[in-house]
Amino acid sequence: MANTSTTTISWDGGSSPMNASYGKLMMWFFLLSDAFTFSALLITYGLVRSAHPAFDGAIDAFQFSQLYWPVPEKVFDAVPFLHGVEAPLVFVGIMTFILIMSSVTMVLAVEAGHRMDRAAVEKWMLWTIVGGFTFLGCQAWEWSHFIHGTDAGGLLKDGTTFFGANLSLNQYGPPDFAAFFFFITGFHGFHVFSGVLLNFLIYYNTVTGVYERRGHYEMVEKVGLYWHFVDLVWVFVFTFFYLV
Amino acid sequence: MAHHQETTVKVIPPDTAKIKKLWMTALILLVITVFEFIVAFTIPHEYKDLRVWIFIGMTIVKAAYIVGEFMHLRYETKFLLWSILIPTIFIVWMLVAFIYEGSAISEARF
Repeated sequence: MANTSTTTISWDGGSSPMNASYGKLMMWFFLLSDAFTFSALLITYGLVRSAHPAFDGAIDAFQFSQLYWPVPEKVFDAVPFLHGVEAPLVFVGIMTFILIMSSVTMVLAVEAGHRMDRAAVEKWMLWTIVGGFTFLGCQAWEWSHFIHGTDAGGLLKDGTTFFGANLSLNQYGPPDFAAFFFFITGFHGFHVFSGVLLNFLIYYNTVTGVYERRGHYEMVEKVGLYWHFVDLVWVFVFTFFYLV
Repeated sequence: MAHHQETTVKVIPPDTAKIKKLWMTALILLVITVFEFIVAFTIPHEYKDLRVWIFIGMTIVKAAYIVGEFMHLRYETKFLLWSILIPTIFIVWMLVAFIYEGSAISEARF
């Protein structure tokens, strides 16, 4: 075979359909099904949003109201340690940066695996794990801020002031808005969390020499696919939840 | 260096051109994200359609780089590539149907 890696991984029948190992192919099809799940969540967000009135005044005059869907950049404008400073989408931008960087370190680990370079795989896997934890920390802060709310709070339909959000009430707008925030970023966050666990497993197996003895680092590649997919989903969440 | 068998693993030296390409991909992704920020805060909200289409276009470019370069799909066999890409037609269909439905609900309610 034209494969340059040290071992050719073939299926039990002796040949490899689509020139990929069984595990890698199944990872691809799993990711395809996962893409359907995430699309369903994001597209349903689109449906519910377009079924609500949009805010049509001047953007500077925007206020939280139960009557129309909020403008996302007015909701997500807080940054840790800068209480009261309006910095629309800055924190989400930082989170995007972290996730893209951890995707590069992952792909560098895969590349090192192809070269059987155990030390380099260890180094880049560690950086990827650090990136994953940092992202999760950022998300924890964002959720906490979203749940506790702003200093002024917002008016509910019955005229009372409410601070923050839960699954049935929120200060930012129609209740569905907060519900979608929790479901979409929560489902993505859970993927990041499982990704970090898988990355740690790979790191552990690399350190103990499992892959070196096996003769190839294909597991790094498979988990790498998963990790890039998490990054890919974030690209879509970033656009359709935060930017549009 | 009087170690055991494990030291016999031959480490292939890194291909700098390949690694440079990976960093370039990351750079492109970051530049596009920065561009999206600039669009978000310079093009006024009145031009909603224009903003949305720029965001969608940029997202597709970013997705193509992640799937093509990072996930290496561009370099897999064509059959694998199309097996993954063609089913996403269902996502496009769902998008069209649901947004159409959402606007219809909006018309009926308001």
